[in-house]
Amino acid sequence: MTDALYNRMVVRMQFAPADFDLAFGALSDATRRDIVRRAIDGEEGVAELAGHYPMSFAAVQKHVAILERAGLVTKQRIGRRKVVRTNLQGLLMARRLLDGYEELWRGRIDRMTQLVSENEEADR
Amino acid sequence: MTVTAVRKDPQSLTMTLEAEFDASAERVWQLWADPRQLERWWGPPTYPATFTKHDLAPGGRAEYHMTGPDGDQPRGYWNIVETDPPHRLIVKDGFANDDGTPNDDMPHNEFRVTIDEVEGGRTRMSIENIFPSAEAMEQLIAMGMEDGLTQAVGQIDAILADGAVGAARES
Repeated sequence: MTDALYNRMVVRMQFAPADFDLAFGALSDATRRDIVRRAIDGEEGVAELAGHYPMSFAAVQKHVAILERAGLVTKQRIGRRKVVRTNLQGLLMARRLLDGYEELWRGRIDRMTQLVSENEEADR
Repeated sequence: MTVTAVRKDPQSLTMTLEAEFDASAERVWQLWADPRQLERWWGPPTYPATFTKHDLAPGGRAEYHMTGPDGDQPRGYWNIVETDPPHRLIVKDGFANDDGTPNDDMPHNEFRVTIDEVEGGRTRMSIENIFPSAEAMEQLIAMGMEDGLTQAVGQIDAILADGAVGAARES
């Protein structure tokens, strides 16, 4: 990834706290994180996913809906079945948010260092 | 590399960066206190910042916009919570609408800057970022720690690396 593209991504992340909260709110629950992990294979529907957890179908359906709203999974029709699939891009974006935040500040500190050293040279 | 430490703490919802500069505390403070210097580091090179208002007194306010390569101009503002030159600055960093008024639909971020001289004429600056919600911070960290998910993410990286995402999603 080029620096410019990366910087734009960081800025977009800085200015998208609503998405930030949505994505991390969705991932704040262990069951939902497990659904995201299972759905990477994208072979199970909501009913099959529900079989993995000690909770009702409706409860699992609700978890899937929250993940769907946050852009972390999608439902796809395969023949007569509907399967839940992890949105890899959405998940990657979420994972990169924190690193991006760190990068944002590292970039700032690099520029600060540059400024301070320019100033020193000018004083000599 | 001037960044000397990064700590991510889910309990206190903070991410702290520490850096050291070959300069006095007063000089490092000027990076924040002089808006023309601030503009040279706040935005990334592709999104330079312009501060149209800059009052770092406690209760004061700063307003800025950044200009992107396509001419887009995201706006933000700072509300100054605490100032103690040249050692301490606490800011609530918010997002603004196109007319400069605060966009209250968006959560605030808070950052706390501490500047102290250390031995050898150097100055240490720490920046503590406080995240908007417990979920945001905890999950950011949990995602990286949980074994299953780490594996899953490794899988994702592998898929992205060989460019198979498009193909996999089509099948």
